[in-house]
Amino acid sequence: MRHRSWVSVLAVLVAATACSSGEATQNGKTELTIATFNEFGYEDLLKEYEAAHPDVKLTQRKTGQGAPHHQNLFTKLGAGSGLADIEAVEEGYLSQVMDKASQFNDLKEIGPNVDNRWLKWKTDAATTKDGKLIGYGTDIGPLAMCYRKDLFEKAGLPSDPEAVKSLFATWDSYFAAGDQFIAKSGGVAWFDSASQVFNAMHNQHELGYFDKSDKLVVESNPAIKADWTAVTNAVAKGQSAKLVAWSNEWNSGFKAGAFATKTCPSWMLGVIEAQAGPENKGKWAVTEAFPNGGGNWGGSYLTVPKQGKNAKKAAELAAWLTAPEQQIKAFKAKGTFPSQVQALKDSALLEQTNAYFGDIKAGALFAAQAQKVAQAQYKGPKDGQIQENVFSPALQSVEQGKSADEGWKTAVAEAQKVAK
Amino acid sequence: MTAVLTRSDRERVVQTRSRPPRHRLSAVDAKVSPYLFVAPFFVLFGAVGLFPLLYTAYVSLFDWELGADETPFVGLDNYRELFGDGQFWNALFNTFSIFLLSSVPQVITAVVLAALLAANLRGRTAWRMGVLLPYVASLVALTIIFGNLFGPQFGLVNSVLTTVGIPPVDWQANTFGSHVAIASMVNWRWTGYNALIVLAAMLAIPREVHEAAVVDGAGPLRRFFSITLPMLKPTLIFVIVTSTIGGLQIFTEPKLYDPSAGSGGGAEHQYQTVVLYLYQSAFQQLNLGYAAAIAWLLFLVVIAVAGLNFWLTRRAVR
Repeated sequence: MRHRSWVSVLAVLVAATACSSGEATQNGKTELTIATFNEFGYEDLLKEYEAAHPDVKLTQRKTGQGAPHHQNLFTKLGAGSGLADIEAVEEGYLSQVMDKASQFNDLKEIGPNVDNRWLKWKTDAATTKDGKLIGYGTDIGPLAMCYRKDLFEKAGLPSDPEAVKSLFATWDSYFAAGDQFIAKSGGVAWFDSASQVFNAMHNQHELGYFDKSDKLVVESNPAIKADWTAVTNAVAKGQSAKLVAWSNEWNSGFKAGAFATKTCPSWMLGVIEAQAGPENKGKWAVTEAFPNGGGNWGGSYLTVPKQGKNAKKAAELAAWLTAPEQQIKAFKAKGTFPSQVQALKDSALLEQTNAYFGDIKAGALFAAQAQKVAQAQYKGPKDGQIQENVFSPALQSVEQGKSADEGWKTAVAEAQKVAK
Repeated sequence: MTAVLTRSDRERVVQTRSRPPRHRLSAVDAKVSPYLFVAPFFVLFGAVGLFPLLYTAYVSLFDWELGADETPFVGLDNYRELFGDGQFWNALFNTFSIFLLSSVPQVITAVVLAALLAANLRGRTAWRMGVLLPYVASLVALTIIFGNLFGPQFGLVNSVLTTVGIPPVDWQANTFGSHVAIASMVNWRWTGYNALIVLAAMLAIPREVHEAAVVDGAGPLRRFFSITLPMLKPTLIFVIVTSTIGGLQIFTEPKLYDPSAGSGGGAEHQYQTVVLYLYQSAFQQLNLGYAAAIAWLLFLVVIAVAGLNFWLTRRAVR
């Protein structure tokens, strides 16, 4: 009896594991999973796809935040199993994914023909050196400038969205306006933190921390040192509010009006509205300008890892989801700003206004900003880490009182350590 | 031999010798079953204790990047690099600094609290349970609240300091300041818990000793220092050992205290502890080999400190 019960326990265990690992077909249907984070606005779209494809059953795995989603992605890539058929990848983590491109399907090879669907720089960023397409673009975060109208007026600067464009023409004019502003602002800073400005400047260059053979060029790329000097000079003059992005102090800074400008991707409007709150309604404005052209911060891709068994069908679904018609629906559902050329001409997007920012036509504004992005910067394998864990803390240390030279030396040394 | 065995034992002996197939099974049963009964512990320990320990040692000998196509064997290179890594020594210093700033005031306050709780109070149980409340609260919630209180620009602590005329402290940038902030979270959470353990030991001290001292004319202070404290020694050492182990592995507090939500422990690693550095190496830089080497070195440090405490305990109790 006892032996038999052991056996039955084992049998149950085996049956249980067998159940959880059998994914492919249940009554003839192909099961596909798609893993996303935050809000992609895909809930209704997935139902629509299922209705049109009775042979497919879809499951969405949603993670609240980006960081755990990507940690899970890299851990399971390492483990060799456990990933969804379609995995979303955020732009900040894309360089790490491109480094492991061999573990993802080339969508040009297995997917339908989707040439010229996206803005060129969006597709370029997800294309490997040998021409493989690793991810279909979903959304983007084109950069504009947000600013406090009331604080500009108080400091004697122009405050009308048209009139401020000249202040935001180049980084030089931006920092010069900052000098003018803080001279009369009575302690209010010009921008929130050095790294928020530095990252935007940095990502405008054609080459960043790495050259195209993945060699670290932090020291030899003069653009990086020039940006560093410009930003740390502004910090020394008191232009930075020294508030680390996403911290509680940063949130309080929006409420208290601790800074007057903010580098502003399309999705930042919602963040400002939430943090500054209804009491500051009408004070914030956004203008169709960004120093030295345009830029992008954020946005994602859909990838198809090789460990999935239904790669072709997964690619088909991902291609459908990232088509202009669907992304416009996602934009209506959750406000994700589309990266598709056709979607950027859609009237639903162009007519969209934002009440918190004085009823401005935000959709058209950011659609225009998206066209100003010059190119996708080449990203080396550790690019994201160098931005997040090397340059941001180094700039923060300068804001905390370290000299700009010392901070630069630390940044170079740490970057070399990370890139090794 | 037969004289000691009962009848059934004898039968079993005979059965094992004569071995008809059915009885052989029960012989196996008699020999194997005890091992089966103790197996759960050993299997669990092997699976979640011993195996990870040894596998970590194995991983630490490789240049093992998570998800990389190949993981070359590098021998002791990770350890060699670690010994020359300033960030590791900085993390070790931070760990000990935060440990001292938390454990020393914590144990002293715990003893004083215990002495107060041992007195005849109205609503004694309520008081005693009350000091345990911070321990019940969620560590994450606690850390986020303390992170807010110690905010450099909009934090309550600095507002209070400014009101009473003391210049505000940058609780993020300043190494000592950040250690104080983190130590205060540890103290808030663990002082009451330790006070209860000390209280239990205090109540176990025989009344006769105190009474004899009173007869000899000793005041309350004299009795506290000459009777209570010496008799608390073993308990105090237990409290110190447990807080040592906890203190050397501190992670959640410095992790969540970082406003950028990274694992750097401040812009210049002002409050990055060893475990935080381990986490950063493993899950931010995805360098599992190096992280495994850190884990092993931390393991050895904990053993060394625990060994020191063991030696102290033996000396103190004798």
